[in-house]
Amino acid sequence: MAMNTETIFSRPKSMTEKVTHYCPGCTHGIIHRLVAETLDELGLREKTVGVAPVGCSVLIYNYFNCDFLEAPHGRAPALATGFKRLRPDMTVFTYQGDGDLASIGTSEIIHTANRGEKVTTIFVNNAIYGMTGGQMAPTTLPGQITSTSPAGRDVSKTGYPLKISEMLATLATPSFIQRTSVHDPQHIIQTKKAIKEAFTYQKEERCFSLIEVLSTCPTNWGLSPSEATKWLEDNLLNFFPLKVFKRPNDGEDSK
Amino acid sequence: MAKVLMKGNEAIAEAAIQAGCKAYFCYPITPQSEVAEYLAKRMPEVDGVFLQGESEVAVGNMIFGAASTGKRVFTTSSSPGISLMQESISYIAGAQLPAVFVNIMRGGPGLGGILPAQSDYFQSVKGGGHGDYRLLVLAPSTIQEAVDLMMLAFHLADKYLNPVMLIGDGMIGQMMEAVEFPDNYKEPELPLRDWATTGADGREPRIIKSLFLDPALLEKNSWDMEEKYEKMKKDECRHELYNVSTKNKILITSYGTTARICQTAINELEDEGISVGLFRPITLFPFPEKALQKEINKNNIKAVLTVEMSTGQMFEDIELANKGSKPHEFFGRTGGIVPSPEEVKNKIMEMIKKHTVSSGKNKKNNRGK
Repeated sequence: MAMNTETIFSRPKSMTEKVTHYCPGCTHGIIHRLVAETLDELGLREKTVGVAPVGCSVLIYNYFNCDFLEAPHGRAPALATGFKRLRPDMTVFTYQGDGDLASIGTSEIIHTANRGEKVTTIFVNNAIYGMTGGQMAPTTLPGQITSTSPAGRDVSKTGYPLKISEMLATLATPSFIQRTSVHDPQHIIQTKKAIKEAFTYQKEERCFSLIEVLSTCPTNWGLSPSEATKWLEDNLLNFFPLKVFKRPNDGEDSK
Repeated sequence: MAKVLMKGNEAIAEAAIQAGCKAYFCYPITPQSEVAEYLAKRMPEVDGVFLQGESEVAVGNMIFGAASTGKRVFTTSSSPGISLMQESISYIAGAQLPAVFVNIMRGGPGLGGILPAQSDYFQSVKGGGHGDYRLLVLAPSTIQEAVDLMMLAFHLADKYLNPVMLIGDGMIGQMMEAVEFPDNYKEPELPLRDWATTGADGREPRIIKSLFLDPALLEKNSWDMEEKYEKMKKDECRHELYNVSTKNKILITSYGTTARICQTAINELEDEGISVGLFRPITLFPFPEKALQKEINKNNIKAVLTVEMSTGQMFEDIELANKGSKPHEFFGRTGGIVPSPEEVKNKIMEMIKKHTVSSGKNKKNNRGK
């Protein structure tokens, strides 16, 4: 039987065939795939080193077909800096959650962005600590219930959620900073576009780039996968607006 | 190469360049900032990387990332800064990567002071970070030796895939001496760097990590590391003897700058007809325990004196070798106060009276100043 077949969807070469350990409804798998597709499309896999965080995605190296380093909690941007300075010809990216990047790693991410290291950070923000079992994160919303804010986050005692993308966009050093979401197919496509733009800037040796991706944690939010995407849409989007905060050529006209 | 007059910190920096070090990351701290100032100019001349980081925590982790490339990398700091680097040191040891750390020690604890001290012995030798690991610890007593040991440090780090710590007190960093760098420096062959993350091009991905969720694998990693440490104990112990002879009744043990002060005391006593020997450990880990025992066990040695710029840290390792066989006393100044040869001589004279004149009961292991 002769049939003309054409492959229209397959696993990116940059991903392994291992089954991920993520919970049902967790969006890490989607974000991993978007990064892997980007590495494939830009032909970067063979000269890429990723830096894993501490958190749910600590085992990210099991799912990628490229070299990887495993950083101490929050320090991925420092490892990325050290590596990239010695190997500017290689592509370096960090993949970090909100506990890793926005709490213990704030110093490293700010200074890495400010030095304009030519690396890419994928910042997965789901407003909670996942791996340790659902504790309050710096990005936890006001009133949000977590295991360490059982009555809901009290902003009079713990402050307001940290807006990392907005903060990094204030730096004078050129960079690419965008916040996206993966709660529906349309936003997944936008996230892919953003990630590809970020890696393209790195490939062109232009600037530091950070894509903040709003993500779900059904397990620790205590919601079903579909309720979780709805909760993200109804709550996280209000506090964390989706937008491009900064592009490397911003402000060039006004100089 | 002709001899040049150099400050210790600068000599350490140049030794790293001569050893083929390609990257230096740093955070300013007294009394070692001259290393950074020297390399800010020197690294670009050899197409190397110089970067001042935002904190010692970040710098240690930059070293971690940079070491993953397979190139030679190092950092320098002083006591409080080294404390902040312990996180990365533990991870680098666990991931089995080569890297060189230099601690130009100042007085502590806390912010302490900025003057010379040797109070980070425990931190360096007994493990300042978490987990089952060891550092190779080298302790120079002259600027020339700092140069030689710096170059050796890079070799040992590569040979054992383990972080190496060179510790010098503030005197080593700040004083100037004539030094000579070797011409055409050559090293014994090293294993292939088949672990470096250079890109998975035509090979399987390489993962540099210290996480082993399976306890059996973590235990295996720890025992594999222990095997390295046992090999270091067998092959890498280094020490120096000074004025050791059958005429000695007291054996001094001391390292770094303090050992030189003891040498002055020994020379002056020799002129007065009193013979004292010195055992100077050069590697603090592995500790030259067997060689020390050999010296302590000699019949002419009636007592052992440990001299340090601390309240007594290496004293414990000396005692582990001594095992109570000879009376063992301690003399130390700390907090940035350097002992004078006079003070050391007084202590020796006191011990000679106590341990060699009468046959009365000797008080052992007296740690009093």
